[in-house]
Amino acid sequence: MSETRKIGADALTSKGWLGAHKWLLLRRASQLGILALFLLGPWAGLWLIKGNLAYSLTLATLPLTDPYVLLQSLLAGHVPEKLALIGAALVTGLYVAAGGRAYCAWVCPLNMLTDLAAWLRRRLGIKGGAHFSRNTRYWILAMTLLLAASTGTIVWEMLNPVSMLQRGLIFGLGLAWSIVLAVFLFDLFVSPDGWCGHLCPVGAFYSLIGKASLLRVNAMQRAACNDCMDCFAVCPEPQVIKPALKGHTKGIGPVIDSNNCTNCGRCIDVCSKDVFGFGSRFNNKAEVGAPQRGATALGNRS
Amino acid sequence: MEATSNNQNRRQFLLDVAKTACGVGMLGLGLGLYARQARALPPAAIRPPGALAEQDFQGACIRCGMCVRDCPYNILELARPEDDLATGTPYFVARDIPCEMCEDIPCVKACPTGALDHQLTDINKARMGLAALVDQETCLNFLGLRCDVCYRVCPVIDKAITLERTHNVRTTRHTMFLPTVHSEHCTGCGKCEKSCVLEVAAIKVFPIRLAKGELGAHYLIGWEEQRKAGESLVAPEIEHQYNLPEGYKYEQGPGLSGEAAPPAAAQPGVPKALHGDQL
Repeated sequence: MSETRKIGADALTSKGWLGAHKWLLLRRASQLGILALFLLGPWAGLWLIKGNLAYSLTLATLPLTDPYVLLQSLLAGHVPEKLALIGAALVTGLYVAAGGRAYCAWVCPLNMLTDLAAWLRRRLGIKGGAHFSRNTRYWILAMTLLLAASTGTIVWEMLNPVSMLQRGLIFGLGLAWSIVLAVFLFDLFVSPDGWCGHLCPVGAFYSLIGKASLLRVNAMQRAACNDCMDCFAVCPEPQVIKPALKGHTKGIGPVIDSNNCTNCGRCIDVCSKDVFGFGSRFNNKAEVGAPQRGATALGNRS
Repeated sequence: MEATSNNQNRRQFLLDVAKTACGVGMLGLGLGLYARQARALPPAAIRPPGALAEQDFQGACIRCGMCVRDCPYNILELARPEDDLATGTPYFVARDIPCEMCEDIPCVKACPTGALDHQLTDINKARMGLAALVDQETCLNFLGLRCDVCYRVCPVIDKAITLERTHNVRTTRHTMFLPTVHSEHCTGCGKCEKSCVLEVAAIKVFPIRLAKGELGAHYLIGWEEQRKAGESLVAPEIEHQYNLPEGYKYEQGPGLSGEAAPPAAAQPGVPKALHGDQL
């Protein structure tokens, strides 16, 4: 991007504000809605859901368990009761279908704050910062599992900002806000997409669950891509886009296959050419005889 | 040329791996040490009924708060990061609000992992902690009054707390009724601590590891061994050569006022001191 222009400006003019924010709005509705369902009990006395993201009971029948925290408990040497196991199986099944990191984009309340940090970074033109491997999260994931096994306690839950924020909002925040603020400031000033994209072992765990998930973003109209780079600019995991978007010459299909895609759908919103859409992972045929770089001619801004 | 570039790549890769491993290792070390500290439950925090031993509990509790929600008296809280115990785990403080000891134990039923042990079905068998009368200098009953509040509120009255009568040597003519906790019946619910009328409670509930002593494994309690064996395990005492008041008897014999027991024959192989005639 040589010229200074607002990211997504093209989509805004071609699709209108609502069209250019459809998935973002749906996502916020989901994140806030889930949080609201949990808060309905303590705030309004309406107990549709009890508990928190670690374990919850919906309408006094449906158990849902965070498989990551349960795995740590298992490694710590405790065999849980049946309800927790059923809940973990249900949640695992859900994310195998919907994309593991859909948890990050559609459920996690901390994601709204890290998204805000990323948005502020773009708006305020904050550049640079510490760079480290996006694989650090898998190291941290391994470390938390190792700690659980070696200490016999669920150590990560003492620091986990994700559960701390959600639990705090439902059961009383205390000083948990300071840890959440630290994550926000880290993302804003220290490292772009630092928490969700590099460090968070919760997201790393869910990305592994979603390795073969059915629902995937698909660059189905990649021939129409005009290289405006907006999708790369808004994507919290931009490295996942390139193979699908630009891989037709190498015979790579249009499905964004990386397990680190959060299925957030911002690329769909922000694209004025409607290159992207949600689809099944199996809908991944590389077009035969795809036009070679034909897209560049279609909508190239000079 | 290609070889050097490969070499450089490998060097860079190893360097990156080492960097990440070191960083994550440091974080892990810090977390591990922090976790060790948090493993000791602070004395004022009491776990809900049926909670596993603290270390096991911290491996089993996933911090979901279901016990908090199903407690009909809103007694339980989840620890916040600034609290002294593992973040997100449930506890209550007896002096603020004690456990009401529900018969159906809803908090245990609500626990999805069994961090609160589902084997616990009789709330009287709960051992959340152990009450201890820690300050005899301020306890009103020890001062000779009849406060008795801790005894009266105890849900396991006359078993977990009894009033032991003893002579008040200060007034010389009164009886003191001393609240006495019995660990085999105390559930640690904390009602006594909550209701102690003092500014600071003289009776408090502590984690059992703090409140309870433990005899060395080689210690035998004589009278219990005697009951178990049906007879004394040491040589019978011989009669002491002084008079007892009317009606009083030695433990093992009728005393001088009654018929004298036949003097015990010295048993071969038993040290002389144990024959009881050296005192």
